[in-house]
Amino acid sequence: MNNPQISEIDDSSLEIGQLSYRQLIWRRFRKSAMGLIASGILLIFYIVAIGADFFAPYHDNDINMRFRHVPPQALHFSMSDGFYVYGLKSTRNPETLELEFTRDETQRHPVRFFFKDGAGGRRLFSSAGPMFLFGTDRMGRDILSRMIYGGRVSMTLGLVGVCLSIVIGSILGTISGYWGGWVDNLIQRIIEVLSAFPDIPLWMALGAALPPGWSSIQIYFGITIILSIIRWGGLARQVRGKVLSYRESDFVMAARAAGAGHWHIITQHLLPGCYSHIIVIATLAIPGMILGETALSFLGLGIRPPMTSWGVLLEEAQRVTVLLHYPWLIFPAVPVLIVVIAFNFLGDALRDAADPYSD
Amino acid sequence: MGTYILRRGLLAIPTLLAISIISFIIIQLPQGDYLDREIQRLEEEFGDSSSLTQVEELRERYGLNEPLWKRYFIWMGGFVRGNFGESFEYKREVHELIWDRIAFTLIISIGSLVFTYVAAIPLGIYSATHQYNWSDHFLTFLSFVGMSLPAFLVALSLMVFAFDIFGIPLFGLFSAYYEGAPWSWGKLGDLIKHLWIPVIVVGVNGTASLMRIMRGNLLDVLGQPFVQTARAKGLREIIVVGKHAVRIAINPLISILGMSLPSILSGSAIVSIVLGLPTVGPILLRSLLNEDIYLAGTLLMMLSLLLVIGNLLADIALAWVDPRIRYE
Repeated sequence: MNNPQISEIDDSSLEIGQLSYRQLIWRRFRKSAMGLIASGILLIFYIVAIGADFFAPYHDNDINMRFRHVPPQALHFSMSDGFYVYGLKSTRNPETLELEFTRDETQRHPVRFFFKDGAGGRRLFSSAGPMFLFGTDRMGRDILSRMIYGGRVSMTLGLVGVCLSIVIGSILGTISGYWGGWVDNLIQRIIEVLSAFPDIPLWMALGAALPPGWSSIQIYFGITIILSIIRWGGLARQVRGKVLSYRESDFVMAARAAGAGHWHIITQHLLPGCYSHIIVIATLAIPGMILGETALSFLGLGIRPPMTSWGVLLEEAQRVTVLLHYPWLIFPAVPVLIVVIAFNFLGDALRDAADPYSD
Repeated sequence: MGTYILRRGLLAIPTLLAISIISFIIIQLPQGDYLDREIQRLEEEFGDSSSLTQVEELRERYGLNEPLWKRYFIWMGGFVRGNFGESFEYKREVHELIWDRIAFTLIISIGSLVFTYVAAIPLGIYSATHQYNWSDHFLTFLSFVGMSLPAFLVALSLMVFAFDIFGIPLFGLFSAYYEGAPWSWGKLGDLIKHLWIPVIVVGVNGTASLMRIMRGNLLDVLGQPFVQTARAKGLREIIVVGKHAVRIAINPLISILGMSLPSILSGSAIVSIVLGLPTVGPILLRSLLNEDIYLAGTLLMMLSLLLVIGNLLADIALAWVDPRIRYE
């Protein structure tokens, strides 16, 4: 695959024996339409989230007390103004004394592209006037911007957490399968005990234990560690099974007879056989991590403001009375669903592709 | 069979001990204790905490001055005798607070489990027998969405929908009329009327994944020679599938029973918090936030105990169906 020419050759006519393992996987994977669509969607989501400073119209903590709970504004287009939103007219509700916003058609705020904001950064699109395409929250912060910034935390947290469980899981799984004996027994018992806890209650207990004085970054990594504490067990079991099945195989025996050390055998002969499985399990574990973070933050035990994550945004939507008045607060649930579904489809397509010799 | 159950039951004891130690340590992790928090609260509210002069006395009474290991043994010693300690916040014995909630947790969890299997098996069979049909594709897509839906978001959206469109408040397990009333047929009916929503919400994830597993299993079995033989004999398709294939394909689902319990208990905890149901979830959250350690520890322990018992029952059921396991 390193050679760009090889991938351009029409390999569909080639026999299995003529292609490398990676080429076979790629050949399988690209047949799955859902897998391709899912990876495209995820790519876009990650690009937007990582470039949040450019893609979000405002900063996530730009407070605007004059525009609290503004409903989503519609985007309009005309030949003279380009894209624009109408201005906002506020009236005080005589019963609830809350400000209510209606559209003021006399004003038009054009959407500016590559807008230079107050801090000197460039934004893909923004507006000088109030422009809240997904509405605002109780402090007048733009929900769309908060969703984009929140994605940065929620989606990377899943990745970092999965990397952590891959590291723990493969190390312990390999040790367990390769050496066996009492070490194996001990590790298996630990996994059993960990899997005997229902995960959300255990996460809740651990989340409550994070010190209140920690900074956002410390909390971020704390939550990541909490989420991966439970998840490594399943991965370790799979790696152990694979290592066990390869341990006595001819190629490992040959390597051992040739005088290879443990490290060489593990890294050169055993682990490569597990890679595809590890990747599949990891992909399927990411949605669980994202949902775990969302659930924890939703309960107020996860990421804490001023850091923004999808769970933190949904925490505001926790009370039904609030949701009934301001239904747009539920919008952050949409990216959660899309990302989780996309990861599930991607993982499923990878699982089918990871075993290309099965036809 | 008897020896298998005994052996399997004895194996659960060390697991439970390890769980109790971990639970106890986790509960003690937050800095300070309930009384520190109480002092802080009083100082913020009234400017001084002199009303709590007997702090040291209280610490002594709750055993908070003892070293960790000693507290664990005191707690554990009480636990096996059904004395779980005292709740700081409610000023009552823990066991008075939890049994109702555990009962409701069980009702919802078992209800969800039944719903999961009842819904997933027919759907899986239908999906497998119509493989690559548009209805199969549709069901597959639906199951992916179902697997990805976080239960608390489903609960939240359902609540808003129900209120917005039908004007029904979905909060709690009883209507206001029956809330404090003694048990009666009317109250039972009222409970059932409220119960189906959490049961379905908690069961959505499980149903979706179980359906996919059932579909896969059945497809594997349908490809086997004995199914071909049955067809060659001229049996009707409904008998081939219903009597020959499904019976074999359903077997592995029993071992999954044990695996689906954690997600159902987790789901019921968080859904209960959203829907305000009187189960273990909301009180656990509260006790964790307030560092009400004995209450939180007992609840965590009870949830794990339910899981271990559930796994035990699933294993026994599997051994009962498949004799090979008993003689392993």
